[in-house]
Amino acid sequence: MDNLLLMMAPLFSSKLLLVLFFGTLFGLILGVLPGLGPTTGGALILPFTMTLDPLSAIVLLTSIYCAGTYGGAITAVLINTPGTPAAAATCLDGYPLAQKGEAGRALGMATVSSTVGGIFSVVILVFFAPILAQLAYEFGQPEYFALAIFGLTMLASIGEGSPIKNLIAGAFGILISTVGKDFMTSIDRFTFGINELTEGIGFIPVVVGLFAMSEMLTQSTLINQVFNRIALKAIKLPSKDDYKKTWKTILRSSGIGSFIGVLPAEGGTVASLIGYSEAKRFSKKPEEFGKGSIEGIAGAEAANNAATGGAMVPTLALGIPGSATTAVILTGLIIHGVRPGPDLFREQPDFLYGIFGAMLIANVLFFIFGFFGAKIFARITLVPNKILWPMIFAVSVCGTYSLNQSIIDVWIMLFFGVLGFFMRRYGFSVVPVIIGLILGELVEGTLRQSLVIFDGNWLMFFTRPIALTFFILSLIALAFPLIRAKKIKK
Amino acid sequence: MKNVQKQKRANKSLPFFFRDEFKVSFVIIFISVALLITTFTFDIVPPILNRGIQPATFPKALLVLIIAMTLLIYYLATKNPWKVQKKLPKSFYLTLSSFVIFLIISKTLDFFLAISVLSIFVSYCWGEKRIFYLLLVGIIFPVIVFIFFETILGLRFPSGIITNIYYS
Repeated sequence: MDNLLLMMAPLFSSKLLLVLFFGTLFGLILGVLPGLGPTTGGALILPFTMTLDPLSAIVLLTSIYCAGTYGGAITAVLINTPGTPAAAATCLDGYPLAQKGEAGRALGMATVSSTVGGIFSVVILVFFAPILAQLAYEFGQPEYFALAIFGLTMLASIGEGSPIKNLIAGAFGILISTVGKDFMTSIDRFTFGINELTEGIGFIPVVVGLFAMSEMLTQSTLINQVFNRIALKAIKLPSKDDYKKTWKTILRSSGIGSFIGVLPAEGGTVASLIGYSEAKRFSKKPEEFGKGSIEGIAGAEAANNAATGGAMVPTLALGIPGSATTAVILTGLIIHGVRPGPDLFREQPDFLYGIFGAMLIANVLFFIFGFFGAKIFARITLVPNKILWPMIFAVSVCGTYSLNQSIIDVWIMLFFGVLGFFMRRYGFSVVPVIIGLILGELVEGTLRQSLVIFDGNWLMFFTRPIALTFFILSLIALAFPLIRAKKIKK
Repeated sequence: MKNVQKQKRANKSLPFFFRDEFKVSFVIIFISVALLITTFTFDIVPPILNRGIQPATFPKALLVLIIAMTLLIYYLATKNPWKVQKKLPKSFYLTLSSFVIFLIISKTLDFFLAISVLSIFVSYCWGEKRIFYLLLVGIIFPVIVFIFFETILGLRFPSGIITNIYYS
């Protein structure tokens, strides 16, 4: 009961409501614009959150996360381009349905299923995050090391890219985290005599570079691309018949999305693809998928929004990001002096339940905004890239500079922009780099501390049941893409 | 699907050193080896201060792992070649060179001027010829961003020919 009251706190704070309002609005705009999204948007807004108190800052970031994930559906349905990677599966049926003159119906279903998925996942978050946090009390350094390894091996199965390329990118992310003074011995590593590098490479320049700047370079290769935008008259609530057809799919995908979200490093993109394929598998009319199936839209959208709450579970309970955007939220928490983990649940329940409540309200808000404003948001896609991207560049440069007031950070951002472009061009996902960078210190720190505990005996890791379980899960995570590839071949 | 197979066949017909998989693997391994050599220059901690492992051990292990996995993707690519990527258009190289121009101007003249020049240059190269919009992205918007960061976040931008005038 107390927790429920704490969750309702944002409703009684005009400041938090205002933050939620702007966060949801901003998130929707980011989601609608192809190439941007909640991860890039969150990274760009991070410096601005320094003017806010910790709760408002995290509420702003989480509302951007929830709304941005939904916003991608608007572009997916109307211009056949996913506003965010998580909306890629929505294109498959959303656009064909819009081509049949039913854009309003497609967007109505996307809005309803996203909201249901989002709210479902917040309920999961409220129940499971404290349980996971309680379990984490049993964790020592070796268990955290094994958990971080499990999180990293999960990178092998994200997206549709090569698992080995994802692992290389993840290892590269960890390598970046080793730049600077060694946190245990203060020995310089990879600083090459540059003073600014002794503090290490910041998270924000890397994220803004890998997401925003590399996307700017990608957009520079697409300037002649013309989008066919389908006109939207009005968004329609799904009919009784639509609800009848899709309620099971929405619930199933909400469950799938929440579960996938909880897994470290996975996120909305994987959730929506699995949600979509499961919707097809269980459908009475699988032949309609890809031709404008309303179940396809419901399956993909419920799953990707359900992943938002799910991904917050390991982020808040263990300090292990559940997705790229939660890695940004995790950075926000750290910048504001909040240490995620089991102690947070014991010491600051008002803070945590405030976030849960804010996520719940954000899901309701984007339903309202989406329902009444989809037509306006759709118009945002008309802003030409030749105007939009130079503006994003100005914000990216100033935002990156602002955190440490360091011009080196701006150079690092541009370097990672170019690197990110070539990584994507040759099939390396940039998300593992971010996850690796976030987990790097945890992996190395816990490994070294564990070895001190074990007196240098590596085999002692396998004598700890929880650590051993995570190592076995890591092996399964590594083997999973191979099994999947064999199955597809068959 | 046919198109992808055609692209893959086209890649297979190239000499190995022209193929993307070779070039990408070579660059990764070359940089990793260079960094691995660098790790041998890291200071060694005396045993009494050493906690668990030497500071160089962890990066060394990571680099060896990266090299091994890169060799593996190269080996797999010999069996299943990557598709040939389309040539990058002129607009890409212009945008990339605008980053270099930005670096030079921000280092030598002014940070704000560098943002303005890049914005106008990129917008123009991407096809914007209308003066108002060029001014909007090159001057009006950066001024708004500059003032916002300066007043709300209390940020002080690096000195330069324009920022010095503003601050004085």
